[in-house]
Amino acid sequence: MITTVASGKGGTGKTTVAVSLALSLAESASPANPLFLDCDVEEPNAALFLRPTIQERREVGQMIPEVDLEKCTYCGRCAEVCQYHAIAVVGEKVLVFPELCHGCGSCSLNCPTGAIHEVLDVIGTIERGWAGSVEFAQGTMNVGEPMAVPIIRQLKQWTIPLNPGNRPVILDASPGTACPVVESMRGADFVLMVTEPTPFGLHDLLLAVEGARDELGLLVGVVINREGVGDQGVDDYCATEDIPILMRIPLDRRIAEAYSDGGTLVEALPEYREQFKNLYVAIGRLVAGRKGGGAQ
Amino acid sequence: MKQLVILSGKGGTGKTTVAAALAHLASQEMPIVLADADVDAANLELVLDPTKREELKFMGGQLAVIDPEKCTACGICAEVCRFDALIPGDEAYRIDSLACEGCASCFYQCPEEAIRMEEQQAGLWFRSDTRFGPLFHAHLFAGQENSGKLVTLVKQQARLRALDTGAAVVLVDGPPGIGCPVISASAGMDLALHIAEPTVAGVHGLERVMGTTGHFGVPSLVAINKADLNRARCEEIAAFCAGRGVEVVGRIPYDDVVTEAMVQGRPVTEYTDGPVTEALKEMWSRVRDLILSDGAGSVKEVQR
Repeated sequence: MITTVASGKGGTGKTTVAVSLALSLAESASPANPLFLDCDVEEPNAALFLRPTIQERREVGQMIPEVDLEKCTYCGRCAEVCQYHAIAVVGEKVLVFPELCHGCGSCSLNCPTGAIHEVLDVIGTIERGWAGSVEFAQGTMNVGEPMAVPIIRQLKQWTIPLNPGNRPVILDASPGTACPVVESMRGADFVLMVTEPTPFGLHDLLLAVEGARDELGLLVGVVINREGVGDQGVDDYCATEDIPILMRIPLDRRIAEAYSDGGTLVEALPEYREQFKNLYVAIGRLVAGRKGGGAQ
Repeated sequence: MKQLVILSGKGGTGKTTVAAALAHLASQEMPIVLADADVDAANLELVLDPTKREELKFMGGQLAVIDPEKCTACGICAEVCRFDALIPGDEAYRIDSLACEGCASCFYQCPEEAIRMEEQQAGLWFRSDTRFGPLFHAHLFAGQENSGKLVTLVKQQARLRALDTGAAVVLVDGPPGIGCPVISASAGMDLALHIAEPTVAGVHGLERVMGTTGHFGVPSLVAINKADLNRARCEEIAAFCAGRGVEVVGRIPYDDVVTEAMVQGRPVTEYTDGPVTEALKEMWSRVRDLILSDGAGSVKEVQR
């Protein structure tokens, strides 16, 4: 079962919840060793808490055009078909702008003289290994690169089995609701939204639900973190929208302090382990419910 | 006219809280223009109570659309698409509009000319007025591409307004992360003010986002939010900044009044006096001196 942990607003506790969920499930290795993917490739920080041993590393990127000037006739067809202005023909020169290229391959497909082949432009790395009995993987975007989506896509392809079955697969997404978040949600069985009960938390939760439930058609549920700050807005919204609130984590300075030093919630307060296991069971029921007949 | 962007690598460290407070403090001293560059989760409007003067469409890019009458389901489009955006069907293929990146590869390869490219509205942007000055903000629809393009648009509009009206400062509330919207938000800025929190993740995020702004030649200042949460991490940030020649311009204590102010929909400096407001006032006076006295230039010199 694939669960993506998202939030809309940053800093609401996505990584805290995702890591604690993985550690709680790993304890009994039930139903199987969890697989954890840090998909926040701009700021990957789950490794700071899980402290994995990395066993394999790959450079990733996208294919960008390289022009064979022997074959090129400077006809300009490549620049004409490129929707991103990533290739330009100026006199007897062909300029490629890798940071604008989406790696679609259209230029090479359309080149009438076969002068364009594609080479890998490295924009980040993907890594995998183990943190105790949690299988761990993360992507890291190189500083100065703009595009996170290709890294997330390749991280998922590399690590998520085609049919994960009962194995818990947990994806930690980046904040926001734009394309990297959508890529982290795509293919998930469930999106767990971690929010804080404040106007900012609610505002961004709304947008994230719009993306996950309304655009992608995925099941969603909410974890309210730092309960006790803020107001009733998130509760009211979830009631109106019929979104289940699956767990509540009270505001507790001990959690914040443990976090600040790289400690996890379930290490600081072990009594939460049971709650996270129950959370996973609740998600499982909702997913089974939809598969069993409630499919939309 | 000077431009200041507020950033943080890690999300939720307090960018908008600081941006709203600086908007309040700065507007008491000089004319300013505001821009919310976190276009996929814009929050500045929640504390500035803007009056929307104009709402405009943002045309983000294009998507492929298949005419089912012409499609013969030959599958060539799916073969050339690198984004898994084609959904096979017995009689016609369909486009997964969230997966499509608008590259038009399928459009050029379709032998039946069954595919056309259509411009898509990817969001909205707004010109508003607030009690602190004009605000330019936007709403990118969920899952849309081109957030960088929308960030650039919002920023340009704010800049033009500032030039038109003789405003002294453009204050930009930035997005989290280090990717395309952050790069777009940083472009052309005189200074980046990074809001860091004293946690392992906060330190890590700060290093990466300062790397990004440094890469594009924007000088940095750092403010530590919730500074008393972990003194050791706080000193770690200070040492890291000292090593880079970056000034720590503020240490804001942890205080529940920050959330209370947010619930009340007001900047914390306007909502209450107290240690948080004191720290923010002190920080603003330093940032103001640096950015106005051509301090931005001298900050840059130090960081070289």
